[in-house]
Amino acid sequence: MIATESLSKRFPKVTALDRLSVDVGPGVTGLVGANGAGKSTLIKILLGLSPATEGRAEVLGLDVATKGGAIRERVGYMPEHDCLPPDVSATEFVVHMARMSGLPPAAARERTADTLRHVGLYEERYRPIGGYSTGMKQRVKLAQALVHDPKLVFLDEPTNGLDPVGRDEMLGLIRRIHTDFGISVLVTSHLLGELERTCDHVVVIDGGKLLRSSSTTDFTQITTTLAIEVTDTDEHPDGTRAVREALRARGVDTHDGSGLPGAGHVLLLTAEGEETYDLVRDVVTDLGLGLVRMEQRRHRIAEVFRGDSDENSGTSGESGTDGGTRGNGADRDGDGERKEAVGHGG
Amino acid sequence: MAVEQPRTRDTTGPGDETRIHNIGYRTYDGPRLGRAYARRSLYSQSLRGAYGLGRSAKSKVLPLLLLVVMCAPAAIMVAVAVATKAKDLPTDYTQYAIFLQAVIGLYVASQAPQAVSRDLRFRTVPLYFSRPIETADYVRAKYAALTSALFILTATPLLVLYVGALLAKLDFADQTKGFAQGLVSVALLSLLFAGIGLVVSAVTPRRGFGIAAVIAVLTISYGAVSTLQAIAYDQSSTGAIPWLGLFSPITLIDGVQTAFLGASSSYPGGYGPSGAEGVVHLAVVLGIIAGCYGLLMRRYRKAGL
Repeated sequence: MIATESLSKRFPKVTALDRLSVDVGPGVTGLVGANGAGKSTLIKILLGLSPATEGRAEVLGLDVATKGGAIRERVGYMPEHDCLPPDVSATEFVVHMARMSGLPPAAARERTADTLRHVGLYEERYRPIGGYSTGMKQRVKLAQALVHDPKLVFLDEPTNGLDPVGRDEMLGLIRRIHTDFGISVLVTSHLLGELERTCDHVVVIDGGKLLRSSSTTDFTQITTTLAIEVTDTDEHPDGTRAVREALRARGVDTHDGSGLPGAGHVLLLTAEGEETYDLVRDVVTDLGLGLVRMEQRRHRIAEVFRGDSDENSGTSGESGTDGGTRGNGADRDGDGERKEAVGHGG
Repeated sequence: MAVEQPRTRDTTGPGDETRIHNIGYRTYDGPRLGRAYARRSLYSQSLRGAYGLGRSAKSKVLPLLLLVVMCAPAAIMVAVAVATKAKDLPTDYTQYAIFLQAVIGLYVASQAPQAVSRDLRFRTVPLYFSRPIETADYVRAKYAALTSALFILTATPLLVLYVGALLAKLDFADQTKGFAQGLVSVALLSLLFAGIGLVVSAVTPRRGFGIAAVIAVLTISYGAVSTLQAIAYDQSSTGAIPWLGLFSPITLIDGVQTAFLGASSSYPGGYGPSGAEGVVHLAVVLGIIAGCYGLLMRRYRKAGL
């Protein structure tokens, strides 16, 4: 779906993208990075709106430098910011946007009605957008990106400004875009945890460099971190230490999460799978302690960065992208088959 | 792939009746008409928008009111001409827009910001550029739409005059020639005013500022030029009058139509440009139109996404 090769974008004062080489196949792909990591710049280049300083990129097998118009005809884009005029209704607006994508008038109206229903807007679609809630506006923005039935859609921070329920609904909708509509998705977020649940594949960038590109199953299996906190009892005045020693005796290493909030009272350990949860439960019960909490730590970009820089310290800045497989991602769709992080100097 | 998924879901669904409610996602295999069609769609949407069509009832009031105000004097003149069996219309076709320049200015000031500031303010511009059109398509569509809207505003009263003149059985050849000259003049005026209006309002995303700025540019320049021309006339330096006319849009149009379209000049004392001065007027008008287009292109190259 998307392939970039040593893609760089330099502005007079900042380097937005630095020799980024990444391959994205069909499915839902998360693009994660802190604010200013280069996510939006990458989308602009992929839409053919901003020329790359060096390197090349292809979307749907079309070169972004020369085939921008053709790409934009088959790709949808939902911007991060507000982009809706308040004085027209959702229907009018989306019909207009459908026509701007080249759909004939009758088809534009029909697809607008369909798309608005699919994103969950019903009677309110005839009212001016100005009166909509943030959640409804996000749906209109999504509808205008889908109305021309693109092959691929770029969603820039679609959960921004939504409450937890709205967030879950939006993530569910994004999942459906692929499973029900058959449209591939590139969705950006600065929250890795959010995308883990939705995406088949996650690409992490920071400072314009690729940190990691792997399927989400890799992420969760390898890096799920459990945080546990226990009570102290008379028998075990330092409950945390008792658990640590008991776990070590069973061959599970823990660390104290120094530098994180609640350090000293919290134990962090790596969950290998379901059995780790059972093990922790049993250990705590055997010691007669109370389990205050046991939760999955949200991954943060920094964690990925730490783990990844170790992994990649041997890799040179040379791109690992194989020119031969670029552009036909369909045959490399399998989970966990994706190429590991490449292309940033160690 | 995508077509099949909904179908399989339907057949495995709880029953036949669900199929009525849930038709699933339908893919689109019809034609995609591309860039030129998108540009035309933007043009027609913007042109309709310039008269409030497809917008709220409130936004229809001003443009339609101004159109009525533009046409009313023409209708009255025609009525008088028919009733009194006059030999000629009370005004030249080319003079009409000059008389009602304030109304035209008001229309530009109200609709130019509507055409461009809205997209800038609500940041709809990036959505346009995420579609097949390019910067040039957007600028051309908006420019053409406002020019057409202005042409409708300025040519409709001329049409009223012309039809009325024919009804009053005035000389056909004479009237047709005047009408044609008038149309050329207002076409040039529409291009010039649309360009100035769009450039000024594309600078600011605030509609109010846009309106004020357009009015200021049109009235201050006209006020200054006509004052200076009056002073020049008083001091008998009539040679300066045509040159001063270069500095405001409406006097430029007046100059061009005096030199090339057989109009009688509204400059003080009727000292309109002729010959070389007229050529300079025309060159300046065309230069401003091209310059406005260039500035808009520059503006939107930056504003895109």
